[in-house]
Amino acid sequence: MGKQEGAEKRMKTPVHPRIDGLIQAIARLPGLGPRSARRIVLDLLAHRESRMRPLAELMRQVADEIRECPRCGNLDLAEPCTICRDERRQGHALCVVEQVSDLWALERAGLHRGRYHVLGGVLNALEGIGPKDLRIAPLVARIDAEGVEEVILALSATVDGQTTAHYLAERLHEKGVRVTAIAHGVPVGGSLDYLDEGTLAAALKDRRPV
Amino acid sequence: MIEWRDEGIVLAVRRHGEAHALLDVMSAGHGRWCALVHGGASRAKQALLQPGNRLDLVWRARLADQLGHFGVEPAALHAGSILGDPLRLKLMLAAVALVLGIVPERHPYPRIHAGLAGLLELLTISDAPPLRLGEGLVRFELGLLADLGFGLDLACCAVTGSSEDLTHVSPKSGRAVSREAGAPWVDRLLDLPAFLRPGANAGPSDDEELEQGFRLTGHFLARHAFAATHRPIPPVRSDAIAALLAATGKEAERTQLAADAQPPRA
Repeated sequence: MGKQEGAEKRMKTPVHPRIDGLIQAIARLPGLGPRSARRIVLDLLAHRESRMRPLAELMRQVADEIRECPRCGNLDLAEPCTICRDERRQGHALCVVEQVSDLWALERAGLHRGRYHVLGGVLNALEGIGPKDLRIAPLVARIDAEGVEEVILALSATVDGQTTAHYLAERLHEKGVRVTAIAHGVPVGGSLDYLDEGTLAAALKDRRPV
Repeated sequence: MIEWRDEGIVLAVRRHGEAHALLDVMSAGHGRWCALVHGGASRAKQALLQPGNRLDLVWRARLADQLGHFGVEPAALHAGSILGDPLRLKLMLAAVALVLGIVPERHPYPRIHAGLAGLLELLTISDAPPLRLGEGLVRFELGLLADLGFGLDLACCAVTGSSEDLTHVSPKSGRAVSREAGAPWVDRLLDLPAFLRPGANAGPSDDEELEQGFRLTGHFLARHAFAATHRPIPPVRSDAIAALLAATGKEAERTQLAADAQPPRA
């Protein structure tokens, strides 16, 4: 369908421009398209009091109140965030992740009891994303300020992720801190014949005595 | 519907929308080619679409000059073997950045593809010493220059025609010069490392030779290939060379290679 045709069709549909605007706004969200946006809007309109108003109020609250933690980059109501303020967490172990979603994934697993640092992306020389575009300087500053002894690099097993990991390892070794990286290899429940060569190579390289 | 099948090396991947990706490859028979990969942003495809991986490609489009889309299957997934080693990763990114920077799209360059494939094979050899890896990149750069029409003539002396005692290269013509003929202009000539001289059957013996090789190729890449694009040589090349020289025991700061990354003024 061409752009013009699409616009004409939109104009012909008996939808109030305000509702149409809402549909279009929702359709721009990740994982959604115009069709699912229409379903969501119709559902919300059908349950205005029980769903739509509480959702609108929650969205307003989150938009007004949630801040990026100036220390770690996490999203939270408080500055610094709950994780950074938690005295029970081990201050000597700092886990570096790409995005807040990675931090949430690790927190869901409940395996890391230290603190985090969100980089906000990964280096990409080909696209011109350099160290200054990421939260690397604040990370280096935290090493001294917080007495960090170990930095755990939990970055993706991609060319960009590992380029970033190697760069950080180089920078952080200068600070005399222990730098470790999460292992790459066979996933739990994974079968070897379904794995790609790269994963198998990484798994074999990082084999350990049992 | 137009369709071709080829083998290609992943150069770069950019996300297109939420689910798809734009894949830039160096193919064996069709040269550098960019097309859409449906579902290229999915987890399953992301493992394939990493720079350095070799893929079996099927390109389809309604018209020849359309973007079209790729069907991709793994051929040799080199990236996984290279990811863990910072030096190899930098060398691979340097080679990929050079191809992306100067190789035009949709024109076959079989020697560049073969050179890149050979370099990637070399980078996956875990016990290959840094000098050998560096030689691989120098030879790849020489092949890149040659296939783009800026090849160096290192077979005989530009002045005497002799193939004996070639020690320098003219920075203008790219032709070799013998020690005797080049003596009056020695401060203006580029060094020709022993491993690139005619009949040489060994790689670089030390980091000095390797550095000479990179200075030679860097000069002509900047003077010819990158000058035409009005862009400097990607800094990832000097990073890779610095890492290489550091790995061979030499301090990177000694080199003037970063200066070579600037194109000559018009």
